[in-house]
Amino acid sequence: MEVRDLFESMEYGKAPESKDRAREWLDQRGGVLDHYIGGKWVTPACGEYFPTRNPATGDILASVADGTDEDIGHAVAAAADALEGWVAIGGQGRARYLYAIARHIQKNARLFSVLESMDNGKPIRESRDVDIPLVVRHFYHHAGWAQVMREQMPAFRPIGVVGQIIPWNFPLLMLAWKVAPALAMGNTVVLKPAEFTPATAVLFAEMCAEVGLPRGVFNVVLGDHKAGQALVNHAGVGKIAFTGSTEVGRIIRKATAGTGKKLTLELGGKSPYIVFDDCDVDSAVEGMVDAIWFNQGQVCCAGSRLLVQESIAERFYDKVRRRMERLIVGDSMDKGIDIGALVDAEQLDRVTRLVDSGLQEGGELWQPECELPTGGCFYPPTLITDVAPASQLWQEEIFGPVMVSGTFRTPVEAVELANNSRYGLAASIWTENINLALDIAPRLKAGSVWINGANQFDAAAGFGGYRESGFGREGGIEGLYEYVKPFWESRLSKDPVQQLPRFVPAEEIDPHEAPAIDRTPKLYIGGKQCRPDGGYSNAAYDARGHVIAEVPAGNRKDIRNAVEAARAAEGWSAATAHGRAQVLFYIAENLAARADEFVKRIVSLSGKDAAAARAEFELCLARTWHYASMADKFEGRVHETPYRNVTLAMNEPLGVIGIVAPEEAGLLGFISTVMPAIAMGNRVVVVPSGHYALLATDFYQVLDTSDLPGGVVNIVTGDAEVLAETLARHLDVEGLWYWGTRAGSRMVETEAAASMKRTWVNYGLFHDWEDPEQGQGDQFLRRAVEVKNIWIPYGV
Amino acid sequence: MSSSSSCGREPAKSPADHHERNPGLAFDPSLFDRIRVNRSAVERRAGTIAARRTVKKANQAAWLLRAVSCIDLTTLAGDDTPGKVKRLCLKARRPVRDDLLDALGVRDLGLTTAAVCVYHNHIETAVSALEGSGIPVAAVSTGFPAGQIPLALKLAQVKESVQAGAAEIDIVISRQHVLTGNWKALYDEVAAYRKACGKAHLKTILATGELGTLSNVAHASWVCMMAGADFIKTSTGKEQVNATLPVSLVMVRAIRDYLDLTGHLVGYKPAGGIGKAKEALVYMILMKEELDDRWLRPALFRFGASSLLGDIERQLEHHVTGRYSARHRHAVA
Repeated sequence: MEVRDLFESMEYGKAPESKDRAREWLDQRGGVLDHYIGGKWVTPACGEYFPTRNPATGDILASVADGTDEDIGHAVAAAADALEGWVAIGGQGRARYLYAIARHIQKNARLFSVLESMDNGKPIRESRDVDIPLVVRHFYHHAGWAQVMREQMPAFRPIGVVGQIIPWNFPLLMLAWKVAPALAMGNTVVLKPAEFTPATAVLFAEMCAEVGLPRGVFNVVLGDHKAGQALVNHAGVGKIAFTGSTEVGRIIRKATAGTGKKLTLELGGKSPYIVFDDCDVDSAVEGMVDAIWFNQGQVCCAGSRLLVQESIAERFYDKVRRRMERLIVGDSMDKGIDIGALVDAEQLDRVTRLVDSGLQEGGELWQPECELPTGGCFYPPTLITDVAPASQLWQEEIFGPVMVSGTFRTPVEAVELANNSRYGLAASIWTENINLALDIAPRLKAGSVWINGANQFDAAAGFGGYRESGFGREGGIEGLYEYVKPFWESRLSKDPVQQLPRFVPAEEIDPHEAPAIDRTPKLYIGGKQCRPDGGYSNAAYDARGHVIAEVPAGNRKDIRNAVEAARAAEGWSAATAHGRAQVLFYIAENLAARADEFVKRIVSLSGKDAAAARAEFELCLARTWHYASMADKFEGRVHETPYRNVTLAMNEPLGVIGIVAPEEAGLLGFISTVMPAIAMGNRVVVVPSGHYALLATDFYQVLDTSDLPGGVVNIVTGDAEVLAETLARHLDVEGLWYWGTRAGSRMVETEAAASMKRTWVNYGLFHDWEDPEQGQGDQFLRRAVEVKNIWIPYGV
Repeated sequence: MSSSSSCGREPAKSPADHHERNPGLAFDPSLFDRIRVNRSAVERRAGTIAARRTVKKANQAAWLLRAVSCIDLTTLAGDDTPGKVKRLCLKARRPVRDDLLDALGVRDLGLTTAAVCVYHNHIETAVSALEGSGIPVAAVSTGFPAGQIPLALKLAQVKESVQAGAAEIDIVISRQHVLTGNWKALYDEVAAYRKACGKAHLKTILATGELGTLSNVAHASWVCMMAGADFIKTSTGKEQVNATLPVSLVMVRAIRDYLDLTGHLVGYKPAGGIGKAKEALVYMILMKEELDDRWLRPALFRFGASSLLGDIERQLEHHVTGRYSARHRHAVA
């Protein structure tokens, strides 16, 4: 068109980014993307390749090596070979490489951006302004962590070979989130990129080669789920980090159960976007563009459930619709578009299907009359109002540019609706009232909470889910713990350290002893002593094998009741840390007052001499004091994110934790596991040691006199393996700590997959509970909390 | 000071005459007192305006020509003389070299700037220098830039300027009314200016750099519109901080809401510190995105600028020749 006409029409026109350099790069590789293993480009063992396409045009970009078991085997071997050297060069050595990688990506930023957008379909503006800068920042930040690892994390060592499986929505960024901390902490890596988006991982491998990263430290095996599965199942891998769907996450949880492989899962979400009536309304409307129309809505933490206060809902929707009319859907390589192509025709089908079928359950669909380019995988920005929580659209992750919405009346209802989801990845809160914002943020089940914002990320802040959005964190110091192991873990014993007494059970009560007044141990549920549902008891033996009491045989229903009591005791989680500390100190005080009674019981049950029993008791007291002391000292952080804001990393209790206490460790095992959990604000259901059950039932009398609210500690005696399984299968238990058999550990991790509860199991190994590192410390506290990052921007 | 224009003919009218003027509303603080502005979110949006949209090549040339047509070409200095003002007026008539206009195929558009903006004392000079061009004269008024003179003098100045031939009056609001929350006083003041303006169009300068908060900017925008402002304008160019994108975003969102409520169109004028063609384009993208294309025309959009035109001319020459241009190749004002 002529300038004259444009002067009248005032159109934007096209602004295409050149693909030339990216094409050149692909041509140099002959249009073929191969594995990068042990510092070499390796063709697939099976000889097969599959195409990767540009979803905006449908053009084939390259042929991609189809990885299989064999390729994974080579890659893991290469990574294992490289491990020793990579650890040996130390933090400074690793920091230099990570720094060089950051620099190198920065120098080639545009090539990475263009290639990413061509492969994934996302707008070039986003890969250029968001993805790649965050990638660079991630490597810089973690170069620093490598440098200071020894000083900052002296008790930890690398895990070894780490397998990482990343999704297609942020290909290079997810690579960075996984590779940077892994390498910084001294691990070596086998990465499996998503089959739809392998290109930038190959370019990254090329950069690693160019900076001289030692061979085998970083390996890429391309391919689909076959390669991923092989990586997950490879015995040489010490940890799996996965980002993707909850469905696949569950499969991986089950596949790795009982193997001792460390696992982080960053899964799906259906994150609430809460708009209060006292917010900056126009900014909240604009925030939705960042929340759900960023990356075509293919963002695990996308704010995809809009919750608007009823009083402003119509006005708000009206503004949203008008904003949507301005959104431009177009070719990913055009610099002037808002929404690009979905990653693949398969994804387009999925989104279309979900919306179409969801609408049959109600909801009002609105899409602007925008032009969609032809020939690619495009879906228009979509708002569906009047969606009820009972509908599929409200519950299911759509993973497309689709916002569903409903209204709320009060802050309490907003929280209830927001948390009415199996997911818990992120949330946005819009209000100008800091009082309201800071009240709501801790109540939301979400790993990231953005106040007056959406989708903010940084290397210094942790990211990860609650509930079925997965577990573990990426970014921040909290993310580093996912790539290390405490040294003491390698010292765990194959045989019990604390010994159970050996005896042949006598059938009869010792006839020579006069019967004492019969004391009936009971279950302790909701702060009350109660009889077991089944009406059975088991004999309790002393160290000589004499029956000294009958202990209730708890069953499934007792566990159910105990979990319900623990759920109801949520006031404990909301109580101040100081308040919890006071209760724990009081427990210690009351325990001390009954020292003689407990020492006597320890002597009777363990066969220890009085001095040894006294020593165990004193250690129990000291440990209670320790966690009472730490209750208000295991603090969160303020992360140094590069924005004008406070990023609060808050330690929050998991909620309800099941604890299957170590059989061999008696009162010490009970105290060592229960105290850290409740100190951090959890409510627990404890299955105490069977042999030492009487110590646990004695202990509830201490609890009863210590102002501990009912339901915070629930004690169910009985067959530990049976009760553990009920706990593992229970969908309302957030965490499960299990010290038992290898098979039991496997069962726990397998069953936990159903609700993605956080598990801590011993794989049949034994702690030395008297050891100050193995029996006590921050590791216990860290397992008792979930880190929530709350982003609080400020500025008048 | 003469009290009438030197020649017998009518001076040019404001281009804003093309649409119905904003009649204003009765003072009603409930319309604005619940508006909250979140600076971080506003800055984030302002930051993406330039990243989300871009205009290139022929589109860019057209947009830059459009920018020229929206400039209030301004001189507001203590050393202004009739000679300086005449030169400025000639530049307003012929803002871009003919050969460039020919090459762009837009010679026949009769491109001029939107207005010439001067102090009261130079109105007559400007009116006469612009005779026949259709370019109106805008005068800054009410004790510009600080506004620290008695109200009676302010009103007298507005009337005198109108009589002298100014078709547009750029008034400064009393910042103290904003800073002390005396919105009614602000409303009354602006309503009085509007009345004093008669047929002349009223631009209200908020001096946003002195209002302290973005919420104050939003509230002051509303009060000025309620009191009958035809345009709301950011700055005098004399504050420490003048036009910025975040402030503009707040003001244009107020214009949008006011339109929704009343159906009346209010113009927007960022002023001060916009010296680059690229910045001008970003402001225009802001108008197109947050309002619509009607705010890409001088009837509803102006740049208050003096050096912007020179940079636009250089960019236009680059577009035509493919060579980066030099300042001395374009006529100064």
